[in-house]
Amino acid sequence: MRIEVRNLSKAFSGVPVVRDVSFTVEEGQLVALLGPSGGGKSTILRIVAGLEDPDAGSVTLGDRRVERVPARERGIGFVFQHYALFPHMTVADNIGFGLKVRKQPPGEVARRVEEMIALVGLQGLGERYPHELSGGQRQRVALARALAPSPRVLLLDEPFGAVDAKVRHDLRTWLRRLHDNVGVTSVFVTHDQSEALEIADRVIIVHHGRIEQNDTPEGIWRGPANAFVAEFVGATNRIAGRVAGDEIDAGFLRHPRPAGLEDGAPVLVLARPAEVMLHPVGEDESPARVHRISFVGHSMKVEVEVPGHGTLTAEIPPAVVRAKELVPGRPVRVTLSAAQIFPSDTTPPGTITTAARRQGRLSSLFSRLRRARA
Amino acid sequence: MSVGRDLTTRGGRVAVATTTYLYFALILLLPLGWLVWEALGFGATALLEKLRSDAALHAFWLTAVIAALTAVLNGVFGIALAITFTRQRFFGRSLANALIDMPFAVSPVVAGLMIILVYGPRGLLGFFFEGVGLPMIFALPGMVLASVFVTFPFVVRELIPVLEQAGTEMEEAARTLGAPPWAVFREVTFPTIRGALAYGTALTVARSLGEFGAVLVVSGNIALRTQTAPLFVYQAYADFDMPAAFAASLVLILVAIAMLVLLGVWRRRRDRLERRRV
Repeated sequence: MRIEVRNLSKAFSGVPVVRDVSFTVEEGQLVALLGPSGGGKSTILRIVAGLEDPDAGSVTLGDRRVERVPARERGIGFVFQHYALFPHMTVADNIGFGLKVRKQPPGEVARRVEEMIALVGLQGLGERYPHELSGGQRQRVALARALAPSPRVLLLDEPFGAVDAKVRHDLRTWLRRLHDNVGVTSVFVTHDQSEALEIADRVIIVHHGRIEQNDTPEGIWRGPANAFVAEFVGATNRIAGRVAGDEIDAGFLRHPRPAGLEDGAPVLVLARPAEVMLHPVGEDESPARVHRISFVGHSMKVEVEVPGHGTLTAEIPPAVVRAKELVPGRPVRVTLSAAQIFPSDTTPPGTITTAARRQGRLSSLFSRLRRARA
Repeated sequence: MSVGRDLTTRGGRVAVATTTYLYFALILLLPLGWLVWEALGFGATALLEKLRSDAALHAFWLTAVIAALTAVLNGVFGIALAITFTRQRFFGRSLANALIDMPFAVSPVVAGLMIILVYGPRGLLGFFFEGVGLPMIFALPGMVLASVFVTFPFVVRELIPVLEQAGTEMEEAARTLGAPPWAVFREVTFPTIRGALAYGTALTVARSLGEFGAVLVVSGNIALRTQTAPLFVYQAYADFDMPAAFAASLVLILVAIAMLVLLGVWRRRRDRLERRRV
């Protein structure tokens, strides 16, 4: 069923968490709400579900306004990050709960439970208790439980947040296939950009309670609407520059100038590590030096220090690192195979701020805050 | 300092253990064993005789009634209060949270006095109850009230941490699955707190069976009317009727031991339910 959210706002004890958010999810789509922790995406989802009341704005499911309709009458299914399974009930009783409280005949409940157990591939585990299952299995039970009453909308709050990396990866491709089979309109919240880009039809990027961009995964990857989105989908090297003739002048590097920027305007150049190219040069030809090389699996992470500017991160295939004889201390010229360029304030050209490091600090701050609250 | 005094050596550990057990024996086991021994010294026939007296039978009956009513009242309101506390944020919440423990801190005699002040014949509310022909003081309602007051924290204190630990997600899940509020409580909240509720109620009953001070003040200790089992023991002792005092004491001790066994079983069950939580 189509979901339409209009001008939604919500504050918690005076602190705005959702600010004037509007978006539409078309019938049958799988949409991701993507953004950093604490950005308001879970609150949006909970308002759509009826678990929170909005301060302002409307939520329409199909052609029915539902802001004042209790959660139990909205016809939605909700999947929680920590599963929220009922520990005192078996897997089968958990899955059948939504049918039982809706007074379905026992025979009908049992039939539907069997069907759901088969759908999520947990045959033979119906009489187990949640504590006897693995994390991935629990999340499948949570999904089966949400789907059993045939909801018209499925909402998932960080559905893979509590399982380990390998299972997480399997579960998300599995969820996409399940969505294609069931066809229920679905919205899921995640802070993992690869998860969102991989399985969603559309990705809505939420930050500070606002929508930064609402586009297809490819649209977001190729054409981030602003510096925040570009950074969030991987362009972690931020270099301050200035439009100079046909080029962007960033001090130690130059890049072709995009259309629509005035000559002399300050800009921010954002590049993904894989877009940073390094060319070995003679001792006095470039100030940039390879600082550190580390192995990250599919490629090598090469940190390049630019004196007076900061550190850039490049990701380069191991074969290329060997062929170019990149070793610590080696002087290199830096070019970018691609970059996102946005108008900026007047940071001196060439200044590098590594977004990854700032984000890391932020997220560790958030997790510390969460721990302190718990 | 000599090595022998170091508590981490074997000798040190034995010394600590011995002292602990001695202390335990002196203040707990010895008086208990002595009482049982003395009681049995009167002979089973004499003891049964005393227990079959009208005053004794009435005292035990009254004690059981008060304990049962107290358990029901504190069970129901304990659940309501614990849910309000953990699921809602309201002004003065932390002050109220501190006040929950007040009955543990206040002397039961003082508690009884407070109840008389409010519910006594000339008290604030007692005036009204007297008017409608339902006297509170020197009668069952006041004694239940005193017992409720003294045991009030047990259920609430057991439930609050369990509800906090369980969080609200399961209840929210039940709501999204179509459960009306009563079904959410019956199917999700209640099974979550069942173990802790049983444990808290058992503590309430145990304490209520033995309550003396508060009940003495509000009951007036009238034999065959407002005399509970602990009051009966006290009265018999004061009247130098040792066989009666020991007989009633023996029964109270046996009930206490039964309660301890029950508490142990329930605590294990509560902990098992806890472990299931994922």
